[in-house]
Amino acid sequence: MAQQIGYSKKVMEHFMNPKNVGTMDDPDGHGKVGNPVCGDLMEIFIKVKDDKIEDIRFQTFGCGSAIATSSMVSEMAKGMRLDEAMKITRNDVADELDGLPPVKMHCSNLAADALHEAIKDYKRKKGEIVEEEKKPAGHTCEHNHNHCDTC
Amino acid sequence: MERIFLDHASVTPVDARVLRFAEPYLAGGYGNPSSLHSVGLEARRAIEDARVNVADLINAEKEKTILFTSGATEANNLAIKGAALRNVGKGKKVVSSAIEHMSVLNPMKDLQKSEFELTTVPVDSSGIIDLEKLEDSLTRETTVTSIMFANNEIGTIEPIREISEIVHEKGLYLHVDATAAAGRIPIDVQADGIDLLTLSSNDMYGPQGAGALYVKTGVRIQPILPGGGQERGLRSGTENIFAIAGMGEAARIAREEMGAESARLSEMRDNLIEEILKIEETYLTGHRTKRLPHHASFRFSHIEGESILLLMDAHGIQVSTGSACSSKTLEPSHVLLAIGLKHEEAHGSMVLTLGRSNTVEQVPRVVDAVNEMVDKLRKISSLGKE
Repeated sequence: MAQQIGYSKKVMEHFMNPKNVGTMDDPDGHGKVGNPVCGDLMEIFIKVKDDKIEDIRFQTFGCGSAIATSSMVSEMAKGMRLDEAMKITRNDVADELDGLPPVKMHCSNLAADALHEAIKDYKRKKGEIVEEEKKPAGHTCEHNHNHCDTC
Repeated sequence: MERIFLDHASVTPVDARVLRFAEPYLAGGYGNPSSLHSVGLEARRAIEDARVNVADLINAEKEKTILFTSGATEANNLAIKGAALRNVGKGKKVVSSAIEHMSVLNPMKDLQKSEFELTTVPVDSSGIIDLEKLEDSLTRETTVTSIMFANNEIGTIEPIREISEIVHEKGLYLHVDATAAAGRIPIDVQADGIDLLTLSSNDMYGPQGAGALYVKTGVRIQPILPGGGQERGLRSGTENIFAIAGMGEAARIAREEMGAESARLSEMRDNLIEEILKIEETYLTGHRTKRLPHHASFRFSHIEGESILLLMDAHGIQVSTGSACSSKTLEPSHVLLAIGLKHEEAHGSMVLTLGRSNTVEQVPRVVDAVNEMVDKLRKISSLGKE
């Protein structure tokens, strides 16, 4: 089954046993991306100490790759300096998972975006001016969602 | 771990008895049924025997009303395009429902490109065709109305006799796609008033590669595959003897065992429905009672279908979903949208379809797995937490 969809072993591992699932009562930063209408909604909560991500939790409604990328990005970002974490891209997450099926690259690979939103939320709370990110380069839609944020 | 296959709506495994019956036609080097020599005649006999069995399954008036095709998709195309184009002198209007299979909807859309006017009749929240709207959509120029016997995604059985009466008040032909229903519930094309009916071999434990179209005596269609004139000139091409012989045997077994098997499966179905609906924010999709005996379909709030499918598979249980994330088009099932579900609701669907390999002893394990799966995905989910 998993092979048919084209999920790697690593994607299945993170899907079956996702790391850092949960919420935080009083997060330093909170990011939320996606849209349940499209089938994916991700939330990331972070605790920050000395400019590093001390703790991270996620909640994701979505398909196998949505859950796996959320888990993976939380593992990658944990302990990382904020400026480094801001550099994690969607492709980095997919690469760490040994790739994602092409059809999943766009719609279910929003975890890095959710992380960045959480970091920006933290910075805003501290009173920093936050630059808005550009939409990912080379974003193409193979389908016509008029309700999809990234389309 | 014992595998529990609950995706019989996608395919039914070839029955061992069917394989034993049909295998000599593949391995034995049987001839071309069009050849007049003895080897060809044996092949011809296999096809004609199959025709009798398929005709009997749906109580067709004569066996020659059965045309063999490559499958249900071709049979649907032949029925819709073949009848619409053959009877274009009578009109260029066709009617269908919002929950038909793509192999009905897409030939209908093709006809629209040739300036046919298509009306799509809506269904209610349980998937039953709106009979008033059906009546309103019919005119004297309506040649083909195509309504399925039962729906593969939500299990709802349509009131075909009533539909037939309405269609024949003004319209010419009623085509019925019986792919999901055949072999599971009784079909009587004469009593039901059906002009054209589609059957699929691999949806009733026969081999892939065969389907059939019932064409009522006197109903006029034209071929969509012209060629050497097989199947009364309506479906050319050398017959797939193995698949057709297998389909015939599958039809014979289905007819013989339908009563007992439906009773057995519907008990398991009702068990599953009762137990699974105990889970919070879980809903049945489709009609509660006008429902195929092997079919249990649900939607769960706050979780997504592909994740459902993958987690159930990890439990050794194969299911299907109408979620966008598991489809080629990334759009949720048109059937679930047609019964009024929102996109986010349609994403959380799960379809269980029972079959011959399933036993009542498997039900508790399935129920446990569904409970565990829903619990796990809801803990991960960002929805439903407020």
